[in-house]
Amino acid sequence: MDAFGARTDGLAGRRRRPFLIRSAANAALAEAILIPIAAVGVAFVLFGLFLAVVGSPPLEVFSSIYRGAFGTWFSWQNTLVRAAPLMLVALCTTIPAQLGLVVIGGDGAVLLGGLMAALCGLVLAGAPAAVGLAVMAACAAVVGAGWIGLVGALRHYRGVNETISSLLFTYLAVSVFRHLVQGPLRDPETQNYPGTYPIDPAFAIGEIPSTNIHWGLAAGIVACIAIWIVIKRTPFGQAMRVVGGNPRAARIAGLPVGLLTVAACALGGAFAGLAGFFEVSAVIGRANSALYAHYGLSAVLVSFVARHNAAAVIPAAIAVGGIRAAGGLVQRAHGLPDATVMVFEGIVFLVVLWSASWYGRTPLSRMAADGK
Amino acid sequence: MTQPLPPHVEVAGLTKRFGSFTALDDVSIRFAPGCFHALLGENGAGKSTLVKCLMGYHQPDGGSVAVDGREIGIANPRTAHALGLGMVYQHFTLVPSMTVAENLYVGRDLLPQVIDWRSARAEIDAFMTRMPFRVPVDARAEELSAGEKQKVEILKQLFHGRRFLILDEPTSVLTPQEAEDMLGLLAGMAKTKALSVLLITHKMREVLAFADEVTVLRRGRQVTGGAVADFNAASLAESMVGATAFEATTKRDGARKGGEEVLEVVDLTADGDRGNRALAGVSLTVRAGEILGIAGVSGNGQRELVDVLCGQRHATGGVVAVDGEPYHARRGEMRDHRVGILPEEPMRNGCVRTMTVAENLGLHTFDRPPIARGGFWIDHHVLREKAKALIARFNIRTQGPDAPVTSLSGGNVQRLVLARELDRAPRLMIAANPCFGLDVAAVAAIHDELVAARNRGAAILLLSEDLDELLALSDRIAVMFGGRLVYETGIETADVGALGRHMAGDGAEAA
Repeated sequence: MDAFGARTDGLAGRRRRPFLIRSAANAALAEAILIPIAAVGVAFVLFGLFLAVVGSPPLEVFSSIYRGAFGTWFSWQNTLVRAAPLMLVALCTTIPAQLGLVVIGGDGAVLLGGLMAALCGLVLAGAPAAVGLAVMAACAAVVGAGWIGLVGALRHYRGVNETISSLLFTYLAVSVFRHLVQGPLRDPETQNYPGTYPIDPAFAIGEIPSTNIHWGLAAGIVACIAIWIVIKRTPFGQAMRVVGGNPRAARIAGLPVGLLTVAACALGGAFAGLAGFFEVSAVIGRANSALYAHYGLSAVLVSFVARHNAAAVIPAAIAVGGIRAAGGLVQRAHGLPDATVMVFEGIVFLVVLWSASWYGRTPLSRMAADGK
Repeated sequence: MTQPLPPHVEVAGLTKRFGSFTALDDVSIRFAPGCFHALLGENGAGKSTLVKCLMGYHQPDGGSVAVDGREIGIANPRTAHALGLGMVYQHFTLVPSMTVAENLYVGRDLLPQVIDWRSARAEIDAFMTRMPFRVPVDARAEELSAGEKQKVEILKQLFHGRRFLILDEPTSVLTPQEAEDMLGLLAGMAKTKALSVLLITHKMREVLAFADEVTVLRRGRQVTGGAVADFNAASLAESMVGATAFEATTKRDGARKGGEEVLEVVDLTADGDRGNRALAGVSLTVRAGEILGIAGVSGNGQRELVDVLCGQRHATGGVVAVDGEPYHARRGEMRDHRVGILPEEPMRNGCVRTMTVAENLGLHTFDRPPIARGGFWIDHHVLREKAKALIARFNIRTQGPDAPVTSLSGGNVQRLVLARELDRAPRLMIAANPCFGLDVAAVAAIHDELVAARNRGAAILLLSEDLDELLALSDRIAVMFGGRLVYETGIETADVGALGRHMAGDGAEAA
């Protein structure tokens, strides 16, 4: 073979090489799995230092976090209930990320989607449960899609940075939500915790049999897998990845970049809106400020930990859900404020962003590149 | 004027491997102070690898580098700079918003915490009086012409005491006059032993006119070398590409007057990146079976014209029609009218770096059967098989359809794009500097394919900054100046002098 083909004819040498460094592709796959784990490990070390400084024994706190997140069936259920909305809201970052956009405004779509679901629930009181739930879910998704779709449209047609605008849109959504919930839509019975009237109990979505976990978890897992397939295997997904990889090449191929941008943002927003629907229907029973639980920022973390791979969003959401679920136990057992776990979440986020620069530079890829 | 001599640099047995691929194989060259040495070779021949070893970007796997007789390990570019080695890149590294003086000064490796601009300026002024050419020191870099920018790049190296200059294809961004001017200056300075020059190029003409020594690399090996006087263009070309020199073999088979109009552009206007009016009413027609060449100095609206025709820029006015129907470069229109596009810098404009060779070859077809079953399910097996067929038919040198597109050499990336575009049997082909930066063999292959497509009846719009290319391929040539077509001639009546005058903008007086 010629000089260019030389890489393909080293088979004899390859058979003896360990799988992980046999080819650049294997090394990349190994990195994709090992680097996020290593990043979380580094975050644990840094968080341990933080705990030592504030005077708590790090190993005991770690053990509490583990017990609070995954130690018992009860804590597992708590974790999974928190992971469900994270999966759906993470898709609001993951899908636009295929086009190279960084959307961090999932919270706004959750709030407005949840509010819309509650309104539909109130209007449809007395209707058959299936109809009520279907309308609530559909309206929540449409509102979420419109909200984030607007972010995409501003980005494409007006050149507004989508990260900034989606963040500002969240503040806007919070204000609109507060205004409506504390004003025209307020149930006078809700004194300290203003909210809408409660929805018809028939519209409470049930739990997965023999668990305390609502169906939102199943919806989240199905949505993540479906989107993963869409991105990997359909022309729509391929088109999104072409735009994300090189917008100029996408235009030369005649791809409708604007339409794809708006569609990807809207699709992501629809899932965030759906998360709002599940919180209202399955957890809160009305729209109140409990809906503004900062799922959005944790969900951004989930998407980044998963490197914007929709299938990897599932385990990442469970891990982050576990950290959040452990907050209460950490507070009770160590007298630490429950925001302590948010410090951990923040450290994880920083290390994960840092770890993006590790890809292709680890000893693994060096060994794979050195060949022979 | 008692400057120290440029360093004496010698490489011996230099070898560099990347994995199982030997990029540089036992290369030995001596560079005496004041030499003008040309390094000649095709893309991928190892020229860049050699100079990157010299500049400390790569560590050689074998052999040695000696500077002023001392064998030395060059760990990083800073070490190279300290030894007096400097590099001028193909693309500019100036900060556009800074003045020439500021650019000169901030090029040093270690900047002080606080810059004393007054003494810096005095230093620069004193330095400039010793230089054989002038540039406006207080102009901002973005205001300079390409030729002036390249001079500033050279001055920057000299200002920081780097007297052994490596220039990587420095003339590819310059007009022919600017290139002559710059290489002439360098040759003059080398003659007075003010500096040594190592020029990387694949333009034989530059080597023969300016260099006094030459080394030819092919596939990492030193094929031949010596005094330039011992070579001629034919012998150098032969060493570069192997036994036979490549030349486009497909000839245009007679003018086909009266083919139907395929592309019609009427009074097209568009804005440039900075909101300037880059296209000021362009009208042109390309018929089936002809190549319309567009000549012009770069920056006269050619890029914007291509951008509009490829859907990368919005027109502010005018009409584009293909086969008599309005055309907006949408995906469906491109497919129905079979429009192919060969962009300049194909990796930047036509490929997706994050994807494989197969995915890039399938950029136009992934959303249609047979690759997309039923239009919504991509069959990766079919995608790969189609890619394999194209790789074989167009002789793309790659590890296979699943290799990342970034693993291809520049010539093979353009070949990939060519394969993809020709696969749709284009009726209209838009080619913009399709051979920019490619080696002799790749250029010949692309010229062949363009002419063959024309002979099959395609309408081809060819924009090029290389007049020789246009004269060799076109049926008609038009000149673009100031966002308009200012002159048009059939190939039979084309005259380099007249074209040149119109390219320079003084066609009105000449006519």
